[in-house]
Amino acid sequence: MTLETQVESVNLAEEMCLRVAEAAGFGEDDCYRIGMSVREGVINAFHYGNEERPEKKIYLAVDLTAEKMIIHVLDEGVGFKLIDVPDPLAEENLLSTSGRGIFLMRAFMDEFDVVSGRTGGAEIVMSKKLPTGSESPNGQWGRNATRQQEEQG
Amino acid sequence: MSLHATHRDAGKVTVVDLSGRITLGDGSALLRKTIRGLLEDQRKMIVLNLADVDYIDSSGIGELVSGFTAVKNQSGDLKLLHLTKKVKDLLQITKLYTVFDVFTEESAALRSFN
Repeated sequence: MTLETQVESVNLAEEMCLRVAEAAGFGEDDCYRIGMSVREGVINAFHYGNEERPEKKIYLAVDLTAEKMIIHVLDEGVGFKLIDVPDPLAEENLLSTSGRGIFLMRAFMDEFDVVSGRTGGAEIVMSKKLPTGSESPNGQWGRNATRQQEEQG
Repeated sequence: MSLHATHRDAGKVTVVDLSGRITLGDGSALLRKTIRGLLEDQRKMIVLNLADVDYIDSSGIGELVSGFTAVKNQSGDLKLLHLTKKVKDLLQITKLYTVFDVFTEESAALRSFN
């Protein structure tokens, strides 16, 4: 799914991923965590990666495997390294008005990483294990089915 | 659901009743505008009633902190009332729960300014 660099893309991405998470069998609390993480990933791409420049795009993809839901958020910025992100829990940063998005994604998802994307920008890759007893993603949601659908869209 | 804000005076304290989501865009902007407006009117003792706020993202957290700092810089105080579970959890994991004065009863929040 290709998103414009605009505020509305944050809600759109959240809503799309929430629909996938609900269909995959995640409960309310996990859906909240997934939705929040997607918001934060797209906010990060919108604000820091693409620097709110409307000519740049944000790419969102969702993979459903047999074990987990994997979310990719790619921007067209210059990329960054996690080690360079200040700790928002440090005393000197507690009253900072920004810089909590990465922390929240790490807290709410089971796996989280930032890699260099094909655009040269940052690609956030984060995942959540599917709930036990959820419908097999090889049925309605085959492996990578959602990603393929979104890329076709 | 977008954010709605109304405010009422209780003596020297202003209670801001918020409902909806404090998120990037209109929600954060409205919170900023509301707090800045109160400060311009010299209303520096503020309680944010978050009973009907069930969602805050990092932008909303940033706006809460920004408002808190702006009020403190004018020798006022900004306190929080009636946190929902999600908002309380969010403030706890970001360690902001210890920064803000948080109340579960409005009367106690109002008395705390004396």
